[in-house]
Amino acid sequence: MLSRIAESLFWIGRYVERADDTARILDVHVQLLSEDPWADEATACRSLLAIMDHPAPADASDVDRAMVVRLLAHDVTNPSSIAGSLVAARENARRAREIVSTDLWECLNTTRNQVRVMGALGTHEFFAWVRERAAVVAGLMESATPRDSTWHFMVLGQALERADMTARLVTTQARLGASGPGWTTLLRSCGAYEAYLRTYRGRASDEDAAGFLILDRLFPRSIVYALHAAERALRALEPVEGRHFVSDEARRELGLVRSELEFARLGDLLTDLPDTMERVQVACARASNAIKDRYFPAPATTAWVEEAL
Amino acid sequence: MSDLFDGYPLQRAFDEMIDREGSLRPRYEQVHATLAGLTAEEVAARADALAKSYLAQGVTFDFAGEERPFPLDCVPRVIELDEWDGIAVGVSQRVRALEAFLADVYGKQEVVKDGVVPLRLILSSSEFQRAAHGIEPPNGVRCHVSGVDLVRDEEGEYRVLEDNVRVPSGVSYVVSNRRAMVRTFPELFGRLRVEPVVDYPQRLLAALAAAAPDGVPDPTVVVLTPGVFNSAYYEHTLLARLMGVELVEGRDLFCSAGRVYMRTTEGSRRVDVIYRRVDDEFLDPVEFRADSVLGVPGLVNAARRGTVTLANAIGNGVADDKLVYTYVPDLIRYYLGEEPALKNVDTWRLEEPAARAEVLDRLDELVVKPVDGSGGKGIVVGPSATRAEIDAVRTRILEDPRGWIAQPVVQLSTGPTFVDGTFRPRHLDLRPFAVNDGDEVWVLPGGLTRVALPEGQLVVNSSQGGGSKDTWVTSPVLAADAGGTPAQRGPRPTSGARGGAAARAGVPRATNPHDAQAGQQQQQQQQATDDTGGAPC
Repeated sequence: MLSRIAESLFWIGRYVERADDTARILDVHVQLLSEDPWADEATACRSLLAIMDHPAPADASDVDRAMVVRLLAHDVTNPSSIAGSLVAARENARRAREIVSTDLWECLNTTRNQVRVMGALGTHEFFAWVRERAAVVAGLMESATPRDSTWHFMVLGQALERADMTARLVTTQARLGASGPGWTTLLRSCGAYEAYLRTYRGRASDEDAAGFLILDRLFPRSIVYALHAAERALRALEPVEGRHFVSDEARRELGLVRSELEFARLGDLLTDLPDTMERVQVACARASNAIKDRYFPAPATTAWVEEAL
Repeated sequence: MSDLFDGYPLQRAFDEMIDREGSLRPRYEQVHATLAGLTAEEVAARADALAKSYLAQGVTFDFAGEERPFPLDCVPRVIELDEWDGIAVGVSQRVRALEAFLADVYGKQEVVKDGVVPLRLILSSSEFQRAAHGIEPPNGVRCHVSGVDLVRDEEGEYRVLEDNVRVPSGVSYVVSNRRAMVRTFPELFGRLRVEPVVDYPQRLLAALAAAAPDGVPDPTVVVLTPGVFNSAYYEHTLLARLMGVELVEGRDLFCSAGRVYMRTTEGSRRVDVIYRRVDDEFLDPVEFRADSVLGVPGLVNAARRGTVTLANAIGNGVADDKLVYTYVPDLIRYYLGEEPALKNVDTWRLEEPAARAEVLDRLDELVVKPVDGSGGKGIVVGPSATRAEIDAVRTRILEDPRGWIAQPVVQLSTGPTFVDGTFRPRHLDLRPFAVNDGDEVWVLPGGLTRVALPEGQLVVNSSQGGGSKDTWVTSPVLAADAGGTPAQRGPRPTSGARGGAAARAGVPRATNPHDAQAGQQQQQQQQATDDTGGAPC
């Protein structure tokens, strides 16, 4: 497969997942801020913007819900916002149009075309729509993609982004503490609440809830699960294994941080939660760079890409 | 300024929002101010959003073969915390008295020996289950969940209309009403401090686990449902989901050697506590109706051996009996040595000849009810009944005076309700839910408010065109005062510490470098449109 195509596939996976997860994070926080008259809106919004790598300028005075929603949901020029990622996913699909199935392309294309209209709806409705579109993309990927490297690159992007974003979601709660949305709400935003209740047979505690989002081996949105999925995709892309060391840098990064999580005592993990989550995000960023160096070396994708458009 | 509350009429009944002088009660200020600021179209849009969310969630009931969303009115019912505390005290007192009564009735019957209630009263109740004699619940609790129906009379005093300690339903509407309202009216929740209701499933689960047979450290709790065709099936699934336990039907369970098991893919698994939503007479074909396909043969035997706990217990219906209801104030004094905190509605016992004669004389101005009915079945409201109906009920009372009670027509309190594009008073009742874990009777702050949507209608059951309202128990703290008193909401980190947290930079997020270029181009275009006064995105 062409590196350029592979890179686009990787980013389709990442962007769609990013839109999905950002919608989940924002839904929780916007609802929290509108419900809780005691919330310190400016501080919470600054913290959220910082966690989402979109720090508000220190001297800005109007850091509020509306600003967060504008920057992280509707700003099409920022490929990390919801609207921006959906637009970017579609642009990537256009570059890999001959590989991406028609169903998937049409889905991404309609999603981009509707994003402005849907953005005019209420925030909750918009977020629900984004999650639904992401689910449609996932379903089309799942049902109509051959399990060759097309599939592996998309899944790799999706899993890497999911691990990164779940870590950010956990950080929002870890940093805000008692004034955050609460672990139950976070679980709910990931669609994990009912699975969690069944796992612990209804006996809920904060430790278990945090542990579930980070460590659960079987729930597909937990960090450990997503890291495993990313590693599986990397191994499928390069099935040759060295005898006594891991040759793939990306796998090394992901494996290191995953085993740190898996083998840590839950108590230790929780006392040091923001730092641990930061290490997960750093590992995901390094793995992403390693993947880029290994599979999509820069010289192969020069201005020709723009010409091809 | 005109708004949708214009021409809101004052009537004989107590109104929740407007006092006798026609001025606004303080507790409704926020709700009134917010709703008065909306146009009919805006309110209709929000009401529509509520209905849509109920259709999507499947909170529906069958109406002539069509699935209709259960009507949730967009105006909440507001109760202040102080007032609620009074209700909670009264409800929990009643539940404690009924627990003691049930333990006594199915045990030594001291209450009869002491002459508080006649033996005839108990033995003649169709809900008195002889099979329940000698079943000792492990932690002594028989009414794990109770619903006590309250109404407000013309003076605004809360009175008990009936007790439900069999299988009270409706709590799922309390939970889902709140969720829908939070989404639809976030600004109101921002200004009022509304007591949360989401803890209910966890409280219930804890109470059920506490009721497990002795010696079971980690009990398996299940919810037993009659099946998908039951009108309360949505509630059964919601409780099972939010408690994280299995929802079983009768056929999923079996009894063997005096224990109850469920069939799972990993073989049979022992069941310790059954929160059953199946009526007594369908529960066990061995003891009750032999033709029941909803029950589990041998279940009562297992309960009697103490290997499984049924919640609520068998035979609780005797405490629901509307003739027993007339004795509840006496039972409270007898068992608890307390004065009832909530009064009954005045009731005539039709077995007493003098009372019967008076009632038969005044049938056209009274309400008569069958003693074992629920869901508004069989009730005859004198002033609105036809001649034929009154004659029919007269004959039935004479045939079976034990089977009926009579009450004066209570003008239920009214609350503003969105009807035909404007706010109008409609009659309300209130069903608080109480959970008894053996140590404490906890009353869910909120409860189900049912509203009769047709004008002047006094029967609020959903089968009779009733809807519901979200019930808000609010503290008097307003957002304006909140800044100075954050301590009232429990510990909060100081803003200094959080300021530090917020100052910390996040881990950078990567993007596809090609998109970054495209983004810049778009940004330039964007700026160009902004400069020319184009709409910002």
